[in-house]
Amino acid sequence: MIIKLSLKNLSFGYTSTEILHTMTLDVGDGQIVSIVGPNGSGKSTLIKCIDRILTPSSGSILVDRQDVTKMDRMELARTIAYVPQNSLRVFPNSVFDVVLMGRRPHLGWRGDSYDEQKVWEVLQLLGIEDLALTPFNEISGGQQQKVLIARALAQDTGVILLDEPTSNLDIWHQIDVMEIIKSLMHKQGLTAIIAIHDLNIAARYSDSIVMMKKGKIVAAGKPDIVLNGDNLSAIYGIEANVRMLDDIPYIIPLARIPVKPARATNGTGHKRPVPPAR
Amino acid sequence: MSTPKRTPAPRTVLGVKRTRTGKKSRIEVEHTHAMWKKALFLIALTVFIVVAVGVIVTIGPMPISIIEVYGIIINTVIPDIVSVTKSMENVVLQIRLPRIVGAIIVGFGLAVCGCVMQAVLKNPLASPFTLGISSGAQFGVSLAAVFGITILGGPYILIGNAFVFALICSGIIIALSGLKGATSETMILAGIALNYLFQATNQLFNYIANDDQRTLMSVWGMGSISGLNWHSLILLGAVSFICIPLLYTKAWDLNLMTVGDESARSMGVDASHVRMFIMVVSSLLVAVLVAFVGVIGFIGLVAPHIVRMLVGADHRYLIPAAGGVGAILLLLADVISVNLLSPTVIPIGTVMALIGVPFFLYLVLRGRRQEYWS
Repeated sequence: MIIKLSLKNLSFGYTSTEILHTMTLDVGDGQIVSIVGPNGSGKSTLIKCIDRILTPSSGSILVDRQDVTKMDRMELARTIAYVPQNSLRVFPNSVFDVVLMGRRPHLGWRGDSYDEQKVWEVLQLLGIEDLALTPFNEISGGQQQKVLIARALAQDTGVILLDEPTSNLDIWHQIDVMEIIKSLMHKQGLTAIIAIHDLNIAARYSDSIVMMKKGKIVAAGKPDIVLNGDNLSAIYGIEANVRMLDDIPYIIPLARIPVKPARATNGTGHKRPVPPAR
Repeated sequence: MSTPKRTPAPRTVLGVKRTRTGKKSRIEVEHTHAMWKKALFLIALTVFIVVAVGVIVTIGPMPISIIEVYGIIINTVIPDIVSVTKSMENVVLQIRLPRIVGAIIVGFGLAVCGCVMQAVLKNPLASPFTLGISSGAQFGVSLAAVFGITILGGPYILIGNAFVFALICSGIIIALSGLKGATSETMILAGIALNYLFQATNQLFNYIANDDQRTLMSVWGMGSISGLNWHSLILLGAVSFICIPLLYTKAWDLNLMTVGDESARSMGVDASHVRMFIMVVSSLLVAVLVAFVGVIGFIGLVAPHIVRMLVGADHRYLIPAAGGVGAILLLLADVISVNLLSPTVIPIGTVMALIGVPFFLYLVLRGRRQEYWS
């Protein structure tokens, strides 16, 4: 497997509190990797550190064996794209204008026809061409998410980071967005790293899953290996039934494990190590 | 910023064969039309300003015929073509023309500053006035008027004070943005707080001032372009000529700033750097403008909004269009302020609000863009 992106001893935090602890991770070329974990485990922070929206305090991030921490911001923006959870909507940008923003790292000072052409290609690819002139504020949440993905594609990078692309979407749009991500990644050979809450969606669409807790990677690997009853009880503090369907694990949450009695045991008979964070 | 490598458009982009056979789809044609409309809007604005200047120069309390007015103007290039009296020449060249040129420069500059400040602070309420820069300048003027505390001497007593205190005020706001964890909301709040502080001190000064001092302060506080002459216009023009192009070079980055700092950063724009740059350059321009003309509050806030409703939020068009609309608004306000109750001159800031507010409310309530500030 060719390594596309690798994190080496990546740490992030302010002087007193460390949010990410010396994380090391390799992501293969063309893979979809989901980062899961309870609230406050550092998923979004990790995504933002990789794109240097937050500056890591130590460690290195390599994409194609180039250290992105030494790149200038424009170069970085041509290497890694980022799809935020949602976009600020203070002023009325059209969908076309929003996607055109993704061409910024490739532009000189003015837009030219190649960049506009590229925007049309991307809009067409996602099937949202007809929305091009609609104000971004006026389209639905699912469509907005697609527009933000289109913007990241317009950036023309090898790696795309997505921060909770399915939260706030109904189930149809969740599947829609994930199908689009999956087909795009496989078609274009892009590598995607997705911070995501929904374990079932993550299991179904990822090549591998990284489970985090309190800024550390606690488990990583194929979905059916990482998502098991032991991990769910230790990391999430829930009792869950994991069923396999076509080699994909499906998680049926049953109950939360009470936090109070510290020595309580979970369904599989293991001692609960630490109460879940928040 | 390294120059990106350019590759010619490949036949297959992103691995997808193009279904279009060189023909543009309906929506692409519409988009092209929309771009043309924006360009046309800019051209129309320019034409309108030129025509308006041509008409306005002939209007005034002193009866001078249209032919005489243009004769006077042509006389400055080729002397003695038309014979006119000295006083007519004075009115046209030393009163009317400076007012017109001043209105255009000041209106354009304030509107552009409001526009870029709104973008970097991501707040539709940001403007040179709401950020307290104008009231800072007024504080400086009051200091000079009431206590005689001045920074520059000679004819620049008030202007020097206004300029320095406007700069101090924006300096405080900008310094705050350099603090760790400061957001654009912090800057807006700091600006509004400073605005209140200076207004309070101005009221205090007003209370203790004698009648002469009070008149001086209140005239300045209502804004006026009557005090402009060719010397001050050259200075204003020069500063605008440097600052506005500088602001315009950031048009692309401003577009990205409006979707949030994190997104901007992920697309290669250093948000805090751009914010700092824009705030420093625009505050400098505002400080100079305000120092000469006093408080003219409405343009910087509203001209950008009017233009956003008409041409959208792309700063490549928005900045010049906002400037144009600002110039027109101030030109019209000036005509009204001079001619409505002639020979009394109504303060231009007041006229501005009187004609601008109903027009703006009409645009807001028209209902086409209900989600405009969502």
